[in-house]
Amino acid sequence: MKAVKVENLTKKFGEFTAVDNISFDIEEGEIFGLLGPNGAGKTTTISMLATMAKATAGKAVINGYDMKTSQDGVRKSIGIVFQDQSLDEELTARENMDFHGRLYRIPKEVREERIEELLRLVGLFERKDDLVKTFSGGMRRRLEIARGLLHRPKVLFLDEPTLGLDPQTRNYLWEYIEKLNQDFKISVIITTHYMEEADRLCDRIGIIDKGKIVAMDTPENLKDRIGGDIITVKSPDYREKIKDCGFFWIDRTEFFDGFFTITLSGAEEHLTEIISALIGQGIKITSVSMHKPTLEDVFLHYTGRSIRDEEAGAKDRMRMMHMVRRH
Amino acid sequence: MDVIYTIWLRNVKRYIRSKSRIVGSLGMPVFFLIFLGFGLNSVVTIPGASENYTEFLVPGIVAMSVLFTSIFAGIQIIWDKQFGFLKETLVAPVSRFEIMLGQTFGGATTAIIQGGIILVLSLFIGLSFPGLTGSLIAAGFMILIGIAFTALGIAIASRMEDMNGFQLIMSFLVFPLFGLSGAMFPISSLPPLFKTLTLFDPLTYGVEGVRYGLTGASQIDPVISLAVLFSFSVVMIMLGGYLFKAVKV
Ligand SMILES: Nc1ncnc2c1ncn2[C@@H]1O[C@H](COP(=O)(O)OP(=O)(O)O)[C@@H](O)[C@H]1O
Ligand SMILES: [Mg+2]
Repeated sequence: MKAVKVENLTKKFGEFTAVDNISFDIEEGEIFGLLGPNGAGKTTTISMLATMAKATAGKAVINGYDMKTSQDGVRKSIGIVFQDQSLDEELTARENMDFHGRLYRIPKEVREERIEELLRLVGLFERKDDLVKTFSGGMRRRLEIARGLLHRPKVLFLDEPTLGLDPQTRNYLWEYIEKLNQDFKISVIITTHYMEEADRLCDRIGIIDKGKIVAMDTPENLKDRIGGDIITVKSPDYREKIKDCGFFWIDRTEFFDGFFTITLSGAEEHLTEIISALIGQGIKITSVSMHKPTLEDVFLHYTGRSIRDEEAGAKDRMRMMHMVRRH
Repeated sequence: MDVIYTIWLRNVKRYIRSKSRIVGSLGMPVFFLIFLGFGLNSVVTIPGASENYTEFLVPGIVAMSVLFTSIFAGIQIIWDKQFGFLKETLVAPVSRFEIMLGQTFGGATTAIIQGGIILVLSLFIGLSFPGLTGSLIAAGFMILIGIAFTALGIAIASRMEDMNGFQLIMSFLVFPLFGLSGAMFPISSLPPLFKTLTLFDPLTYGVEGVRYGLTGASQIDPVISLAVLFSFSVVMIMLGGYLFKAVKV
């Protein structure tokens, strides 16, 4: 049985289509990633799968339960960490866990045992009786993950679990999610706009842009499809001047805003030739870089835009500040 | 049952921890009691009643306390919406009606504690102890007021996005409910038009019921008060349950 089976799922807000006819499957024990920029439709997809939003069209079956006809079955099968925090800050860590355990009707002894075990697992046992409002962002995330696991779900939904966290905490959480996946044999669906995160964690990735899945495969295959090496040339004026370099060993040249990429194999040997040819055409070069394809290149290739981690990072920080201010 | 208890427990815990809120919301009723009670005691006599004005006023202020606390407790789910906690509750495999009931009983409990504190304080400024039966009758009516208006608060909050409308609710719902309820003056001495209005205010029956319990006298038959307030509570729970079902997060 598939852990998750999604067929032609669509969500419209009025005229606007946030999720556009997407389909994918998740195998049992797999970590599946939905990678896409802000506004791509990741959270909307998760909301529908978690029965928190009604799909406009399409079908989803989670752990054998149909999203539409057996809501309770789906809800019992999933654990979820929402994009935005969903803890009660006026309660302690243990009380937040206890609340969850009671809502999911876990008998007292089992509940208390698991709460202790999970709080130890996420390194919060020492702080179990402290109010959540005294916790850092990373601690809160860990607590939310522990809480999501309390009722032993078959599928864990993580919506941007490392959003707004510092790199060290992020790394720690990644290790942790891998460990969970192995120890609990749990299927994980994770959404993210961090390339590195998707690359590192996911067995398979669906790249989502403007509500559509534009490519889906293992990270390795996605990168292999781009092939060879990539030379990125930043230039202010290539558009007017560039002619095809015409070298037969160039697989592909793709043009973007303010830069272009050349895909080829054996970039080290050909770099000087390419640069000479470009200079020969009178093209001003701001910078040249050479790398193996990353998911960033995959995204660029399929959507014509870069995800721009930098800009997204700034937005996250603003959102975090906003959240802090509200508290 | 477990679920209702769980949600009730969370509400009560949060209430007990918010010491400043408890003290803060005692301010106004205590102020009313002391200044109106002492200030007007010697100049106001209630026609056709043996009690003095302070004794007349106490039930009204107790009911006011319960009203304010319970409406506010209901409206608080807007905070849960904004702080995200409501999602955690709604994604669990439990019915929304159970969640709503837990929230209602939790809010009502805090409101009754709040009213109870006022009641005890009143004993120091001239209220004579109403006896066990009287106390139980008053408590019964306080519970019904608490349940009905927490449910009403939840109904309202289910339709609100944020706290911006709060002032509007205070001005056009809570204060009129209080003002028209006969908490501060006997309804029989009102002009007929106003008297009719007070009879449409469900809180009137709460105030009269509490008053019957605490002083043994009321202008509306306590059985009628009980019937009206009980029906109103049931309707509010249904309304709150219905609107809460449609809440989106
Ligand atoms: N409740 C809503 N009403 C209208 N538009 C919405 C709503 N929720 C999300 N959207 C829109 O749907 C798109 C996808 O949003 P979302 O799923 O949150 O993206 P992501 O999680 O990938 O950043 C965005 O353009 C967003 O503005
Ligand atoms: Mg999102």
